[in-house]
Amino acid sequence: MSDQSAPPKEQFQLSMLIYDARYRGITIQIFVLLLVMSGLFWLASNAVTNLAALGKPIRFDFLGDTAGYDINQRLVEYSSQSTHARATFVGLLNTLLVAFMGCAAATILGVVGGVLRLSNNWLVSRMVALYVEIFRNVPVLLWIFVCMFTFTALAPQPRAFRGENPEASMYLWDSVAFTNRGIYMPEPLFSRPLGNIDVGIFLVSLELLVVLALLIGGIIFARKNNARAARIQDETGDRPSTGLVNAAAILLPSIIALIAMGFYLGKPALAGFNFKGGINMSASLIGLWLGLTLYTTTYIIEAVRSGIQAVNKGQSEAAAALGLRPGRTMNLVILPQAMRIIIPQLISQYLNLTKNSSLAVAIGYMDLVSTLGGITLNQTGREMEAILLLMAIYLTISLSISVGMNWYNNRVKLVER
Amino acid sequence: MSDIGYVRTEMLGQLPPPGNTVGIVGWMRSNLFSSVSNTILTLIAAAFVVNLLFSMIPWIFLGVWNADSLSHCREIFDAKYGDGREYACWAVVRDRWDQIIFGYSFGNLNEGLYWRPILGVLLIFVSITPILFPNTSRWLYVATFATLFLYPWLIWGGALAGPVTAALIFIAGYFAFRALAKAMLPSFALGATIVLLAVAFLYLQAPISSVIAAILPIELQPVASREISGFVLSITIGVVAIVVSLPIAILLALGRQSDLLIVNKLSTGFIEIIRGVPLITLIFVATVLLKYFLPSSFDLDPVLAVMILVTLFTAAYIAEVIRGGLAALSKGQKEAADSLGLNYWQAQRLIILPQALKISIPGIVSNFISVFKDTTLVSIVALNDPLGISDSIRSNSDWNGIVWELYGFIALVFWIFCFGMSRYSLYLERKLRTDHR
Repeated sequence: MSDQSAPPKEQFQLSMLIYDARYRGITIQIFVLLLVMSGLFWLASNAVTNLAALGKPIRFDFLGDTAGYDINQRLVEYSSQSTHARATFVGLLNTLLVAFMGCAAATILGVVGGVLRLSNNWLVSRMVALYVEIFRNVPVLLWIFVCMFTFTALAPQPRAFRGENPEASMYLWDSVAFTNRGIYMPEPLFSRPLGNIDVGIFLVSLELLVVLALLIGGIIFARKNNARAARIQDETGDRPSTGLVNAAAILLPSIIALIAMGFYLGKPALAGFNFKGGINMSASLIGLWLGLTLYTTTYIIEAVRSGIQAVNKGQSEAAAALGLRPGRTMNLVILPQAMRIIIPQLISQYLNLTKNSSLAVAIGYMDLVSTLGGITLNQTGREMEAILLLMAIYLTISLSISVGMNWYNNRVKLVER
Repeated sequence: MSDIGYVRTEMLGQLPPPGNTVGIVGWMRSNLFSSVSNTILTLIAAAFVVNLLFSMIPWIFLGVWNADSLSHCREIFDAKYGDGREYACWAVVRDRWDQIIFGYSFGNLNEGLYWRPILGVLLIFVSITPILFPNTSRWLYVATFATLFLYPWLIWGGALAGPVTAALIFIAGYFAFRALAKAMLPSFALGATIVLLAVAFLYLQAPISSVIAAILPIELQPVASREISGFVLSITIGVVAIVVSLPIAILLALGRQSDLLIVNKLSTGFIEIIRGVPLITLIFVATVLLKYFLPSSFDLDPVLAVMILVTLFTAAYIAEVIRGGLAALSKGQKEAADSLGLNYWQAQRLIILPQALKISIPGIVSNFISVFKDTTLVSIVALNDPLGISDSIRSNSDWNGIVWELYGFIALVFWIFCFGMSRYSLYLERKLRTDHR
């Protein structure tokens, strides 16, 4: 207790750094900072000493060397003569490909499953519950192995398609082949091609750009048309029909363009020991995709279920009192409110799926970890650089997904006053 | 007299409900066939279930438990059923049971050592009883404290003096902290205690443990970390990560909620970096990079390195769960603590953390489930967890080509653990729920 009669002089003393609550925070922070800095410095200096002793200072020029290994699943041009940087880029695209495919499939299955889980059909809701409990409580790596083995065990070998009376046949008018090396699908080709633009690291097909531009133009036109229809409806009470015009505006130009460029489907065909031509999804991609999807779906089902159940029962009762049918109650009243609870959980599941896609290395799918953290690392012996780069890339992907999704979340969330 | 012919004087009994709304028929009508679309759904689902059961059940239950190899299994199938179909060869689970559960260290090599992991797991169950069920005797916390030191001893072996010395030093440290906290601010007392503990471990451990070794000359056969494998490896990594990560996670969560800018930014940065990268990259860091970051005199074995990184990984995730619990508390709680004159640590210990941790328990348990499942990732860096062992079993010519039986068994064991934990978390959630719904 301070002396009441003589107020303490406001003069800084060294002991105030410890005993005065105003300054103690600064002392603690400086102390913590010093501690962390010296720890980091210790680690870094150890690393520098150890690497120098091994004669490999930290340099990233190995990325420019020839990679010398093949990647069977790729979205952009790559050969074994390309550089390690190029291999890393191919791996990054493969990671993004499987993450995108997995997120899309898991979202669709998860929303359907979540609604079925709450269905009043006892059998269906119990089946979904059973699926969730089985798949969620077993490691995802095990599911990836199981999916991979199931696919390669059940799908026929390419040679089963050969001969007079082949054991296996292709589906959809001889255009899709399921083999244990992967799925072969037809690819879009053009008899009067426009060529490609080289944007530095990969080629962009001009045909795709043309079709995309026409589609986007059509959609913009359709939105304008809808706005005009709404304006006329506000003024006169009659809404001019827009459906046919919109559909024509969106579809017709691209169809005409496709015909003009001579669009046709290039079907895969058996050549030698394997299929040639068409788009190839390798067995490892399918196994990884299925495993990640089946595992992540269970979490999305639970997110959807909890989101829907969190909406107050009064909401659905009010909707019923207004005379809305159950389907419209779900679409117009419950889901929009449930989305606010579902979306944050969905974001974290997307992030988890993207990070879990790194398990590709266990089944030989050439993603970022298998290229940069796998073969490139083993060939060049640059562990420090390769793994730090790997972590930096994943960090960037994760942060971008969460930034994008948070932006979306902020747009749809309830504005509270 | 009255002209009324008939007046009923007593109530009629209720008619029974229509036959098609009660009993099993009524239940089926309301739950399975309430509308056309529901009926179609039910039929599709039933067809699916029947189909699945018809293909799975014979495979599972007609399988063989006694055989030496896969080809032996097939001979038995041919002799028994003769229909050319494949059935489960469960004999592999029977044959390699020890290897899958106990791994190499306790398994094939030293069959006499099985009691060590078994006793260790039993100790863990005893030690979590007071945490799981709060009405049990508080004296069981003594078992919890003892397990912290006894479990590593049972797994790694060595002299009993080591864990006993460590426990004694920690107990002494606790009393030193109590004494110091009366003399100075708690945060400084904590810092001083940590320094004291470090000094004690550096200089006093060897003499004390030699004294104890003279009194208690009990020694277990040591087991090298790289030999720990099978489910013993999964459980050990999981338990170490769970136990060690909790205090780190609480500190990180408090740091992230703190008003001190530098502490806040450091905690946030650590949490976000760890959560932004996949666990497999951290496991690579453990097995490949960690040896560069430590002085070359350190001989860090891969299992220990993996444990450290998995612990940090878990801590970052649990810190976020606890932060959610801290954020869910109303601001009034902290203000009330301040107005009572409690300092920061007193307020956290007595007011804030008990409530925040209670809210976060379900999230923490679900993170424990994740970390236990994630221990399978160590098979990628060639450690012998059950998945790694399943690979090596398949590479043996006796069992080459066996897939489903091994994965099915491993999945079943994981499922039992994880399902049990998730049911417990649901039970807790219901018990701790104080609102009325």
